[in-house]
Amino acid sequence: MSVQIAELQGKNGLPPVKFGEEVSGAETLLRCLILEQVEYIFGYPGGAVLPIYDSLYGSYFKHILTRHEQGAIHAADGYARATGKPGVVIATSGPGATNLVTGIATAQMDSVPLVCITGNVAQNLIGTDAFQEANITGITIPITKHSYFVRDIRDLPRVVKEAFHIATTGRPGPVLIDIPKDVSNAVAPFTYPDQVEIRAYKSAVEPTDEEVQAFVQAISESKRPVIMAGGGIISAGADQELLAFAEAARIPVINTFMGLGGFPGVHELALGMPGMHGSYTANQALLNADCVIGLGARFDDRITMGRTKEFAPKARIVHVDIDPAELGKNVSTAIKVTGDVKSTLKKALPLVSRCDSEEWIDQLKKWQEEFPYSYKKDGDVLKPQAVIELLYQSTNGEAIVTTDVGQHQMWTAQYYKFKHTRSFLSSGGLGTMGFGFPAAIGAQIAHPDRTVIAVVGDGGFQMTNQELAILSQYKVPVKVAIINNQCLGMVRQWQELFYDNRYSQIDLTCSPDFVKLSEAYGVKGLRASTPEEAKAVWAEALAHDGPVVVDFRVAQEENVYPMVAAGNTLDQMVLGDE
Amino acid sequence: MQRHTIAILVNDQPGVLTRVATLFGQRGFNIDSITVGGSEEPGLSRMIITTGGDEQKIDQLMKQLYKLIDVITVTNLSENAYVSRELALIKVNASPSQLAELNAIVEPFRATIVDVGPASLIVQVTGDTEKIDALLVLLESYGITEVTRTGSMAMARSVVPVPANV
Ligand SMILES: Cc1ncc(C[n+]2csc(CCOP(=O)(O)OP(=O)(O)O)c2C)c(N)n1
Repeated sequence: MSVQIAELQGKNGLPPVKFGEEVSGAETLLRCLILEQVEYIFGYPGGAVLPIYDSLYGSYFKHILTRHEQGAIHAADGYARATGKPGVVIATSGPGATNLVTGIATAQMDSVPLVCITGNVAQNLIGTDAFQEANITGITIPITKHSYFVRDIRDLPRVVKEAFHIATTGRPGPVLIDIPKDVSNAVAPFTYPDQVEIRAYKSAVEPTDEEVQAFVQAISESKRPVIMAGGGIISAGADQELLAFAEAARIPVINTFMGLGGFPGVHELALGMPGMHGSYTANQALLNADCVIGLGARFDDRITMGRTKEFAPKARIVHVDIDPAELGKNVSTAIKVTGDVKSTLKKALPLVSRCDSEEWIDQLKKWQEEFPYSYKKDGDVLKPQAVIELLYQSTNGEAIVTTDVGQHQMWTAQYYKFKHTRSFLSSGGLGTMGFGFPAAIGAQIAHPDRTVIAVVGDGGFQMTNQELAILSQYKVPVKVAIINNQCLGMVRQWQELFYDNRYSQIDLTCSPDFVKLSEAYGVKGLRASTPEEAKAVWAEALAHDGPVVVDFRVAQEENVYPMVAAGNTLDQMVLGDE
Repeated sequence: MQRHTIAILVNDQPGVLTRVATLFGQRGFNIDSITVGGSEEPGLSRMIITTGGDEQKIDQLMKQLYKLIDVITVTNLSENAYVSRELALIKVNASPSQLAELNAIVEPFRATIVDVGPASLIVQVTGDTEKIDALLVLLESYGITEVTRTGSMAMARSVVPVPANV
């Protein structure tokens, strides 16, 4: 058989790819990744992926060797959230693959496009409990958008093509490709399909004209409308359309936690975040609105508090979502629009007219002035909220900020006014401790010239702090701000409020000296314990040309307010100590 | 809680049954019965699943099923007229001397005795679930030692129901 060898010039500075040559499965995979315009791979080698790592040797790809597979997948996730491009991660079979599980579930809950490549034992060993064998496709069925177990090298190009397509289109999500070692070692002439054909899979969902008309009609009939903009605005890249739409129709905007940055937090129509730790105004807006317009938001129980009947009691709910299963899933909806939020807003913009909403906007502004986020300032004591304000002011809201999970996460969502899309990266759906720091690494790699800050708790940071090695090894200038309250703060808060101050297992006073720990990894470490020190030290950190870890020693007993306790309704909001 | 019979056309791929069954569990649904087999098109299988839940929950379940990449169509057969059949084999404690008597019982059900042993015989019956339940009640008095049932197979009557909105 004569082999047709053609060469396809790589796009965007990527190397050319030869077609028709007999190559191994491992080499096939890497050529597919080039054709998918992948530049960075986050991963960790092992026996079952040795053929892939051998092909990687000296290749074009920039591979980031994290110190734990969980670090690799969260970094790939941070890269994806910061860019909108799919993150790519490689892990070996068995323990390597299972170490990805938390990261896959995190990406699934927040609709983040990831392609996770795992090796597996050779097919003749599958099912024998072979060394380092795990049924990773089986384990991850409930937490992936889709997954593949590749049985034949000839399927590999199609599988990779489909995986990228599925991960990035429709409602994005993680896709897993499990490749047994014999497939990586097999040889076949290289090909790559031009097109994806997946029966019954809808990659783009356009709203119908009737749906858009109903949507616009509902808005025109309302006097107290409010938009609740979710993470869908960000994944659809609809931030500009949202801005234009809200301004044209004069509708105030609530950003859900996942939607922060999708509408500028400093805009006169911005009301802040709703829900459990949301702003007074955002929650009052939901309680009093006559029309709530959910755009790529899923009415999560951190917003409805699970009390869906009492949620937005005076409002007709209009819901636009790319995932039809979200419409009517959590709250009952008057108008359902199945569609990509970007194209829906584009279609609706020419039809919408200015609402009669000035009185409503005035009322909301009054609430905002009367009940802003606030905390008690206390002389020389460094308050965690003050640290977040400092981060915000010093960067003028221009940084990419990732967070871990806990009190610091909520304070960041409250006190950092995000101006830009894809600038707030946090595990919303799963609430994954250990996410924030590696996600910042991925974001910084994607945006080497931007300031990237990882706001982490002293608890969560210790779940993935071994990735400090990456900062020096690859010269990644992330600024880590540890909000160090020497305890598992959010757990402490719940134990104080709901368990009668019985502080069970939250003591972190025996943490390492984070400054010395950073120095051990070759990263600059700084510490601040008072507001003045915080200012000086943070200025030094920002001025430093490279990674820095700042250990902010903050008041331990601070709580996140406002707060709606789980099981209560939004009108049962506790405003806090002030 | 209403009963629903759902027909799911899927790619005949390894793991697809696990994906569908897992989704039921993940979304809090109990599978009462499940049958899987070939369909009119090579490469596609049809699953018939019976489950319970109110209208709104079933609607949500169907939309979630549609999100599975290997799922081609999802139809709630219970929304329209449909035919449903189940096959059961029932082992009864009875001796050959009781054959005539048992034949008289099973005959109105169009069931047949397909095996006769010294101390037991096997009745084969097809029909909808209620019919099989009714026959089981009748055979109870002889002593039933073993029952195996296929679960429902089902198909819409000539009016084809519209697949769930995607
Ligand atoms: C992997 C994981 N384990 C446990 C939890 C439960 N959890 C939520 S917040 C929290 C405390 C976080 O403490 P810390 O990282 O110090 O942050 P702080 O709340 O003090 O800001 C815990 C344990 C979680 N979200 N994720």
